[in-house]
Amino acid sequence: MKTKPPRVLAVASGGGHWVQLSRLAPAWDGCDVTYVTTDPGFKAAVEAAAAARGQPQPGYHVVVEANRWQKLKLLRSLFQMVTIVLRTRPDVVITTGAAPGYFALRLAKLMGSRTVWIDSIANAEKMSLAGQRAGRHSDLWLTQWEHLATPDGPNYKGSVL
Amino acid sequence: MIFLTVGTHEPFDRLVCCVDDWCAERGCGDEVFGQITARAEYQPTHFQAVASLDPSAYQEKFNAADFIISHAGMGSIITALSMKKPIAVLPRRGHLQETRNDHQFATVQRFQSRGGIFAAQDEADLSKILNRLADGNVTVGQGISSFADEQLIASVRDFIHGPAQTG
Repeated sequence: MKTKPPRVLAVASGGGHWVQLSRLAPAWDGCDVTYVTTDPGFKAAVEAAAAARGQPQPGYHVVVEANRWQKLKLLRSLFQMVTIVLRTRPDVVITTGAAPGYFALRLAKLMGSRTVWIDSIANAEKMSLAGQRAGRHSDLWLTQWEHLATPDGPNYKGSVL
Repeated sequence: MIFLTVGTHEPFDRLVCCVDDWCAERGCGDEVFGQITARAEYQPTHFQAVASLDPSAYQEKFNAADFIISHAGMGSIITALSMKKPIAVLPRRGHLQETRNDHQFATVQRFQSRGGIFAAQDEADLSKILNRLADGNVTVGQGISSFADEQLIASVRDFIHGPAQTG
């Protein structure tokens, strides 16, 4: 009997968060992957990268870009994410941040998915605020800096570099 | 070609202005192309600049560049390392409200020893670094692999395929 591949939702804002998420792609080879980001322009590259590794075409959704001071945009981004999470029903959500990733992680957790937060390598002194808040909702909670790891989490398992 | 990028999100007038002054001094504005965001208040007069680039155009500029000038954002730094392009970075500072805190300053302290990354403390320092880069007077780093640490990828992979959680 063939089991279905795990459904993975991989989420990151455009810019550095997305660059870091892309470097983790081999981790979900063989899975049923859907990407969520804030820029429609990464779609071609993500499809080409999947094809180059012999992977099926991933799903791809765009949500509005928002930071924590843009309350209305944040709300729109949250509602977009609700729709995406309900539609994709992921087994696992993986994010490198920032706001959209935090929303996806919290929503997916409510639906019983397992969750991974990988804090951006840009946070070398302390975890991002979203990363700190994501901690108790993450089943795998990672920093990319060994000196920021603690026995109660986050853990350190290497970096994207 | 020299590609200046201040990242996707926030303007960085101090960097754009510094590069503009450097172009005026050196007379090399024709070689520089900048991406400076829609909210940039300082508009350069010595080189061509746009607010934003879509990912494929951004990739093309990166490809064509002899070296990169950037804020100390990890997106720019990782992209430069992976394409073996030397990159000059000026960190955004928290006290100048260029970003929410001094994380870019911390980034620079951690990464400046890596080959191919040329970190400037301030504008004067950046001009000197740009002169060195434009003179071709630098060694390029060895670059990085295409993907993250194998250990990190394996950890995430094992987690995905691990047992569904009970509790």
